[in-house]
Amino acid sequence: MNLVADHLTLHRGGRPVVAGISAAFEPGRITAIVGPNGAGKSSLLLGLAGLLEASDGAVTLGGESLARLHPRLRAQAIGYLPQSPDIAWDVAVEALVALGRLPWRDRGTTAIEAAVAVLDLEALRHRPVSQLSGGERARVLLARVLAGEPRWILADEPLAALDLAHQLALVSHLKACAAAGQGVVVVLHDLAIAMNNADHVLVLKDGRVAAAGAPREALTPQIIAHVWGVTAQWLGEPGRLGLVTGV
Amino acid sequence: MNRASLIFAALLAVLVPFSLLAGRVWVLPLADGPPNYALILAELRAPRAVLAIVIGAGLGAAGAAMQGYLRNPLADPGLFGIAPMAALGAVASFWLGALVPPALAAWSLPLLALTGAGLGMAALALIAGRTSSDAAGGAGGGIALFTLAGLMLASLAGALTALAITLAPNPFALSEIVMWLNGALTDRSWREVALAAPLTLAGIGVLALAARSLDALTLGEEAARSLGVEPRRLLVMLVAGVGLTVGAGVAVAGIIGFVGLVVPHLVRPLTDRLPSSLILPSALAGACLVLAADSIVRILPLVTELRLGIALSLIGAPFFGWLLLRMRKGAL
Repeated sequence: MNLVADHLTLHRGGRPVVAGISAAFEPGRITAIVGPNGAGKSSLLLGLAGLLEASDGAVTLGGESLARLHPRLRAQAIGYLPQSPDIAWDVAVEALVALGRLPWRDRGTTAIEAAVAVLDLEALRHRPVSQLSGGERARVLLARVLAGEPRWILADEPLAALDLAHQLALVSHLKACAAAGQGVVVVLHDLAIAMNNADHVLVLKDGRVAAAGAPREALTPQIIAHVWGVTAQWLGEPGRLGLVTGV
Repeated sequence: MNRASLIFAALLAVLVPFSLLAGRVWVLPLADGPPNYALILAELRAPRAVLAIVIGAGLGAAGAAMQGYLRNPLADPGLFGIAPMAALGAVASFWLGALVPPALAAWSLPLLALTGAGLGMAALALIAGRTSSDAAGGAGGGIALFTLAGLMLASLAGALTALAITLAPNPFALSEIVMWLNGALTDRSWREVALAAPLTLAGIGVLALAARSLDALTLGEEAARSLGVEPRRLLVMLVAGVGLTVGAGVAVAGIIGFVGLVVPHLVRPLTDRLPSSLILPSALAGACLVLAADSIVRILPLVTELRLGIALSLIGAPFFGWLLLRMRKGAL
């Protein structure tokens, strides 16, 4: 069931932030959305999640307009992971993960147990969220999304504020989700992580698609120079490429 | 029913007999009571106790819901401006009393207070339509803007109430208004219970229905919407729930402050801290607090009975200060 943006235009605060983007996202793979600050990455993700009303064009899920889907059905299909949200109440890990079941209005014990197991949270389940490290917190927040068993996982910069080891760990969790057939769309800042881990890359500039395709086609030094204005080149072997920048 | 509910239900079960027996005249079950003790119990103490329970429950539940909605432990049901609007309606009854048909004269104050609360709710609903949008991604301003609008309503109602007081026709009316504003349960009867109880119960019911949506807000507005919460629907439920509980309370007892602020803090450590786990126990704890405070103001050896609203604010204000200091230390 594809998630498709069709000539999608989005406004925030009266300003156009996404200008007529068309893109198709397929389940079972990781799509990385990259681009400079203010390119419209987070807005596009909100639009794909059905949380930002299209001022023109549409987002469709399996051919049906997302805007016309009941919010609860949409929530069952699409899990959205906001960028490092404030957690208002100092709840225990288990209660936070269980919030992921809200769209289903059930206890969802099996799904919660599975999410806790996949993200290795068994030892933390009774710990208050205020006592978690950054890496643990990121795992808990992802577990909340997984507990809802969504067909799509839309994550906004889930790696921000994580150290290298935790970044790689979270990426491998997202890869496992894609391998299990879920669609993963993730906004990333780190081009090397996108290059080495994504199946598909969407490069945004000024609310438009500057390049799209397999990582090696979409993240060439020419495109990086055009979009970010930075001279850069890839070094290393495929799958473990590093970006070297310089003037 | 969670642990906190059981604790406060048990406490309430102890407080009810205490409240029925305590007062200027003690009714002691085994000793020879005053000759008219049956009358005192049935027509004075019992309705007063029931009313304390109803009003306390409404304020406690409304406070828990407001703190959950605003994701702020300092939120209070008064923030939406519904209590000041109800008070304004009540004060207006001192002026408009003559216009009310004689058949309704005894009801003019509570009915006008309810009208004030209803107008406040309608104003909030209108503002809500302009500030919250189900799909605008915060473009409408959302919860913060709505709360500011509620505060404006509160100040406007407060100013109009003050104006009504300064223009009071005679000193007697003035003292009556001021006395009434400092809420109390003195000399309330089953009549007030019949008016306030159904409205408050309906309000608590609406808030309970909104509880899981309030939980979703723990992760912020966008995450809540991604979990299927419809912001406008939630806001309407909250305005209705808080309006019914607080409006009914003010209509029969005047302004009783701080219960909605204090009670959720007493309850929260006993629960998993999610708003949905707080609403029922906060209702029970609010009932305990108001019932206990009302019993205490009755037995204090003062010349005139200390007004319940004043007594509760005397407890509430220092607690609020302590809470602020504790939050500064990051202990909350």
